[in-house]
Amino acid sequence: MLFTSYAFIGFAALLLLLYYALPKKVQWPLLLIASWIFYLAAGVENIVYILTTTLTTFLAAIEIENLARKQKDYLKEHKEFTREEKKEYKESQKKIRLRWVAACIVLNLAILAVVKYSNFFVENVNGILRSAGSEKRLSFLSIALPLGISFYTFQSIGYLVDVYRGTVEAQRNFFKFALFTSFFPALVQGPINRYGDLSRTLYEPHSYDSKTVSYGLQRVLWGYFKKMVIADRVLAGVVTIVGDVGTYNGAYVFAGMFLYTLQLYADFTGGIDITIGLSESLGITVKENFDRPYFSKSLKEYWRRWHISMCSWFRDYLFYPVSISKPMQKLLKFSKEHFGDKFGKRVPVYLSSFIVWFATGLWHGASWNFIVWGLCNWAVLMISEELEPLYDRFHKRFPGYSGTWVKIFQVARTFMLVCIMNLFDCYHSISETLQAFGSMFTASNWNVLYDGSLLNIGLSMLDYVILAVGTIIMFTASMLQRKRPLRDSIAELSYPLRFTIFFGIFLIILLMGAYGVGYDSSQFIYNQF
Amino acid sequence: MEELLDILKDLHPDVDFETEEHLIDDGILDSMDIVSLISEISENFDVSVTARDIIPDNFNSAQALYAMIERLEDED
Repeated sequence: MLFTSYAFIGFAALLLLLYYALPKKVQWPLLLIASWIFYLAAGVENIVYILTTTLTTFLAAIEIENLARKQKDYLKEHKEFTREEKKEYKESQKKIRLRWVAACIVLNLAILAVVKYSNFFVENVNGILRSAGSEKRLSFLSIALPLGISFYTFQSIGYLVDVYRGTVEAQRNFFKFALFTSFFPALVQGPINRYGDLSRTLYEPHSYDSKTVSYGLQRVLWGYFKKMVIADRVLAGVVTIVGDVGTYNGAYVFAGMFLYTLQLYADFTGGIDITIGLSESLGITVKENFDRPYFSKSLKEYWRRWHISMCSWFRDYLFYPVSISKPMQKLLKFSKEHFGDKFGKRVPVYLSSFIVWFATGLWHGASWNFIVWGLCNWAVLMISEELEPLYDRFHKRFPGYSGTWVKIFQVARTFMLVCIMNLFDCYHSISETLQAFGSMFTASNWNVLYDGSLLNIGLSMLDYVILAVGTIIMFTASMLQRKRPLRDSIAELSYPLRFTIFFGIFLIILLMGAYGVGYDSSQFIYNQF
Repeated sequence: MEELLDILKDLHPDVDFETEEHLIDDGILDSMDIVSLISEISENFDVSVTARDIIPDNFNSAQALYAMIERLEDED
C-alpha cells in the first residue's frame, strides 16, 4: 500500500476517524491492528520476519533487564563484598548480559543478511569463480525483500542496546512492543525511531485537538506536494539519462545529476513529511529526520542534517562502541608510538569511521556502488579533517574571508560534492558511474543544455515549468522555516487566506501531480532499504 | 579540572570551555572530538568511559564532563 495510493489515503482517513471516535484506551491497539493490516497488505508471507525480530528482541530485552535487576539485588544482599569482589561480580554479570545482546543482534542481522544480501554475496562469489576459470556457480535465492526490514531491524537493535545500557526500561507488553517495531507511518522509509523517543507518545491516550490534527494534515499535504509534484515528475528525466550512459553523456550527466538530487530530496523529505505529519495528527511525535541539509557549509555538517535518524543510529550503536573498544584502544597506543601523538590518535577514529561508512553504504543497497558511495563520503570527510589546521591558518591569515558570499560559496561547494557522490547512487554500476562522471570532462555536448535536447528525455516544457515553480516554492518554504515554523506563520493569517493556501496546494497536487492515464505511482526511493 | 580543561583546549583552542555549556547541542564537539576526548580522559584519569556514558548531558560542558569522570572514578 503506497503512501501515494488512493487505498492508503482511504486507510489513513478511516484510521484517523476511528482513532478519535473510539475510546482512548483502544487507540494504541487500533494502531497496532492498522500497522499489521498495512504490513500484511505488502505480502502475508513477510509477517514471519518482522514477528521473529519483534519476539526475539522483546524476550532478550526482558531477560537482560531481569539479569540487571538480579545483579542489583544480589549486591544489596552482599554488602560485605569488597570493592574488587563487587567489580569482579559486575564484570561477570555484564558478560552474560552482553551475550544475550550479541545473540539477538547476530540472529536479526543474519535474517537481514540472508534476505537482503545473499544474492550480492552469490554474485561476488560467482565473479571470483569466473575469474578463477571455474565452471561452478552458486545459484541465486529468490526471496522478496520484506517491507521495511532495514528500518525495523535497526530500531529493534537500538532498543535492545538501550535496554542493555539501562537508558530505557524493557517493554513488558508484547503487543505494545510490536507496535513500536511495526508502527506503519515509519515502517516503509523510516525515520529509524528510538524507543525512548517514540514510546513517550505512542501508547498515551490522545484527545482530539483540532490544532494538532490540522498541523499534522498540513504537513502530510506538504509531503504529497513534494513527492507527487516534484519527485515523481522529475523521475522520467532521471530514468532516461541514467538508463543509457552511452547516449546520455557529458552535459546530460551534468543535468541528470541535479535532477536526481532534486528527486531524492523531494522524494525522501516528502515521504518523511507524510510520516511525521500523519503521526502528528494521531498525537504521536516522530523526531525530525532533516534539517535543511542542502544549506550545509561542509559535508560534515550535511551529515548532521540529512537522514539524521540513520546517521545518529550509526554514530551511537556502531561508531562509538567500535572507536572506544579495547582493540581500538590498543591500536591507539600503537599508532601513537609509530605515527606520533597528533596523527596517531586519529588513526582509530578514521578506522572506525571507515567501518561506519562501509556499513552505511551497504545499508543503502546490496551493491558495490553504494559501498563506494559510502567510502567516498568517508574519504572526503577524512581529508577535510586532515586539512582543518590548514583552513584555520588560512582564516587567521585572511580574517576577512567570511561573510555572506563565502558562506554561499561553501554551501554551493557542499551541494556540488553531494550531487557528484550521488551519481554512485543513481547509476547501476561503478563502471557506469565512472563513465558518466568522466564524460562530463571529455564530452563537448554542452549545447544540449539550451538547444532543446533536454525536452527529449521524457520531460516537456510544462514539466520543467512545474518543476521550477515547485522548487522555488520548496526553497522559499525552507528559507521561511529558518526563523519560525511556517505553520505557525500560516496559522496567524486570516481564515480566507489560510484556506486559499491549503486549497491552492491541494489543487496543485491534484492538477500538477505526476499521475494520470498510464501513470504507475512510483515507490519512494527509500522503500527499497 | 585543570587537566581536563587542558585536554579540551588542546582539542579546540578557540573555545572558552570554562563558560560554554552547550558543547554538544551547539555542535562544538563532534563525534570525532568525543572519541579523541574519551581516549585522553581514559589515559589521564584512569577511568573507562563506555558507549553508555556518551550522552549530551555528560559532554555539554567541562563541568558535566568532570562530574562524569568523578562518578566513573567512584564506580571503579
